[in-house]
Amino acid sequence: MSETSPSPKLLYCRCAYAQVVPQSVKDGVLAKLCDSGAGFESVADLCEMAAHRDERLKAFADSTPIRIAACFPRVVRGLFRQAECPLPEDGVEILNMRVQSIDEVSEAMLKA
Amino acid sequence: MITHTARPLRVVLYEGNGAIALSAQARAQVMAALLDKGYAVTRATAQGSTGFPHDDRSLLVLGQFQNQQAPDLEDATGKVTIEARDITGLGTPDIVSLVEKARGNKPMNQPGTWKPWFPVIDYSRCTNCMQCLSFCLFDVYGVSKDGKIQVQNNDNCKTNCPACSRVCPEVAIMFPKHQAGPINGEVVNEEDLRREKMKVDISSLLGGDIYARLRDRSEAAKSRFSKERSADKALEERKKCLTKMAQDGFIPAEVLASLPSPDEIMRKAEEAQARAQAALNAQPA
Repeated sequence: MSETSPSPKLLYCRCAYAQVVPQSVKDGVLAKLCDSGAGFESVADLCEMAAHRDERLKAFADSTPIRIAACFPRVVRGLFRQAECPLPEDGVEILNMRVQSIDEVSEAMLKA
Repeated sequence: MITHTARPLRVVLYEGNGAIALSAQARAQVMAALLDKGYAVTRATAQGSTGFPHDDRSLLVLGQFQNQQAPDLEDATGKVTIEARDITGLGTPDIVSLVEKARGNKPMNQPGTWKPWFPVIDYSRCTNCMQCLSFCLFDVYGVSKDGKIQVQNNDNCKTNCPACSRVCPEVAIMFPKHQAGPINGEVVNEEDLRREKMKVDISSLLGGDIYARLRDRSEAAKSRFSKERSADKALEERKKCLTKMAQDGFIPAEVLASLPSPDEIMRKAEEAQARAQAALNAQPA
């Protein structure tokens, strides 16, 4: 029996509670995700979820492999840890919409 | 710590079997509008599940269903309420209205009413020196059962005030909603670390020779806060530090204006320092 790696799950953070991710990038990445055939999960704001210790974060942390389009990896890992559900070291790819381009983020999110 | 999570439902944009896919543009518009309102949105396609486990929130399934007839759906486990709505022919504002109507008067966290402003500790950098605990007057920080500094009351944090990150000698405190690096979580570079040396000068305004002792933490644990100093002088120095940070744009004027009375500041500062001292004393040598 052959084993294949499971497809990474996709999570998109809108950063809706503060305008620190460039609007054009978050819109562009969302458009690319929507333009693909991929199913994905999107949340209004990971910071807001971490502030409220939202239990959904644990479901994300437990769902590796996962690709997360959000902001700085140091921050994203810190948020999950602070919410008492640290992201594992392996199987997590964090794309940074604050500094990476639309193409860089969306291609990394959607690569096979 | 804010522990309530008002997130009454999850919206599923269903484009799987039995539904007609939206145009890419319409799909992106609807998702952006719902996210900007604070909803979590799952896009489900014919390719299968998103792979994330379900939770116990109600699901509102939106789709362009055959014959414009939303199906009756029921959770096999009976735990989750599922409602489906047909959105054929509806524009984005109408779809948002439909979702809002489905939510009814159930409370929900929404953007625009509050900014998630709080420190996040990068434990890969943090040395557990307790400077942040000692510095913060608003009880944001605390110590875990195993003696680690942690953010315990993030809702006490003053919006747009990143002052504690400025006194962290290791650039370990991030504010995700801050604009500039490295406080926003950017990778810490040599220039940032060089700037930390300047923080020693700033911290000296707090009235204690605290950072010089960081080089020898076990020594610091014994003596960091034992230096005798005049309470009046310490208060004056703390004010100077805060004012300087405000002038440099590190602290919003509103935060300065909302500071407690001088007596209260002294009391809180002493309490925070005592807690920090106790935590340091408890650390293994």
